[in-house]
Amino acid sequence: MVTGRALGTFGSIAANADLARRAPEIEVAPKLRVEKLDVHYGAFQAIKSASLDVPENRVTALIGPSGCGKSTFIRALNRMHDVTPGARVRGRVMLDGEDIYAPGVDPVSIRHRIGMVFQRPNPFPKAIYDNVVYGPRVHGMRDRAQLDAICERSLRRAALWNEVKNRLDRSALDLSGGQQQRLCIARCLAVDPEVLLMDEPASSLDPIATSKIEDLIAELKADFTVVIVTHSMQQAARISDFTAFFLSGSLIETGTTVSIFTQPKDKRTEDYITGRYG
Amino acid sequence: MRGRHVRSFIGTMLTAFCASLGAVALLLIFGYVLLQGFRALNLAFVTQLPVPVGEPGGGIANGILGSVVTVALATAIAMPIGLLSGLFLALFGRGWFPGVVRFLSDVLSGIPSIAIGLFAYIVFVAPFRHFSAVSASFAFAMLMLPVILRTSEEAVRSVPREIREGALALGMSEYATTMRIVVPAARSAIITGLLLSIARVTGETAPLLFTAFGSQFWEVNPTNPMAELPLQIFNYAISPYQSWHEQAWAGALLLIGAVFVLNVFARLVLSPRASR
Repeated sequence: MVTGRALGTFGSIAANADLARRAPEIEVAPKLRVEKLDVHYGAFQAIKSASLDVPENRVTALIGPSGCGKSTFIRALNRMHDVTPGARVRGRVMLDGEDIYAPGVDPVSIRHRIGMVFQRPNPFPKAIYDNVVYGPRVHGMRDRAQLDAICERSLRRAALWNEVKNRLDRSALDLSGGQQQRLCIARCLAVDPEVLLMDEPASSLDPIATSKIEDLIAELKADFTVVIVTHSMQQAARISDFTAFFLSGSLIETGTTVSIFTQPKDKRTEDYITGRYG
Repeated sequence: MRGRHVRSFIGTMLTAFCASLGAVALLLIFGYVLLQGFRALNLAFVTQLPVPVGEPGGGIANGILGSVVTVALATAIAMPIGLLSGLFLALFGRGWFPGVVRFLSDVLSGIPSIAIGLFAYIVFVAPFRHFSAVSASFAFAMLMLPVILRTSEEAVRSVPREIREGALALGMSEYATTMRIVVPAARSAIITGLLLSIARVTGETAPLLFTAFGSQFWEVNPTNPMAELPLQIFNYAISPYQSWHEQAWAGALLLIGAVFVLNVFARLVLSPRASR
């Protein structure tokens, strides 16, 4: 893997043809709007008043050094902190204009609309088929033909169908790491979420599996709003439309990926993308 | 250089020697019981009632039956309580309460079984003025409870957090996540703990002395005194008769065999192939 340092100057990134092709598109409506979000773990404040608009049907990348709070931030977007002992969230996260932290909002229904893929592939210790249709089943779908259709469609969307179609009854644990991660994406797509959160989805995968996941993300944004945490700036540059830079719990700068990587406004953003931080 | 190699050699040998001592002790006991018990072990021994001293033959079938009934009843009491508390401690326990439960459970597991038996006597025997198998089951359940509680807590805890979060992130409720994902993933380890707790009480003798008490007859009503395999071994072994000594050895062989099978079974359940 190429490290941040090997990037050279941000000027060389600007020369990246793929990146330059994408024009700024600020006018897209926000699917998620985060307002003054604070997250505490006990006495420690992990996120300090972060505000961010996540545009619909675009890929938004969260970058920053280890421990900067980007994973904490993304987990706040579908209320995963509800099950983290000691975590407290303040501020508002608006999904289509409605605050998911408002009293009376059921976190289960929020997670149904905002799916999440984790850093380490976490398939259930069950058959491939059962993994994919788990969500629909739990939500009450029993019809076998319908489940079969959902299974095939989700696996196709996750670019895994051709590799597993003849062994759907085999254990998901027999798949390779990259396949497991795509299975987890398929499992997530099967419940038809509107937003897809991905917390360093490729960090435990080899380069080939990583590029498959990246191609997949590029296709998924046609149907979903994607938020992805990544520690790889190349990855952010390759796949995202918008980028948010975090540093020690604060959101330093947001903007189109092109502008963040070519004309960062903040000195700290510039230092980070030119490799002056780890 | 040489000194280091010598020390390494001595260290390896010493640890290997100590490690083999434990295994040798088990083999010696098993071998000796096998040798002594084999003679009196026959079909009549496991199918017939005891006979008075002096009469040839006879068996301890009622003791085997009694042990099975008593342990089954104890399992029925201890299993649901132990499993649910283990689940609580692993998933929902917050604040001071879980720590207290864990501590008390550890203390309970360290209490000598004879003291548990006395407690069962006071609660279940003295008020009714007669011995009963159910009082023995009560004592056994108290011995099993901490084992089941801690093993099921550990089993549920060892299910990766990521799997639980993956289920929650699919929009599953905590209840569905627990019952459909977490518990099934921990199932084999939970069953192993259960089998080990059964193996632990199957050989317990002390609490039986003043709870089940023993019986010469077929007895299936758990509110009556009941014959128990370990109790019969104990009574036969302290008797002055040669024929009873032989039967005690045979009974011990049966008991060790049963516990051995339970342990092997527990390992098989836990093997990776079984969990697929």
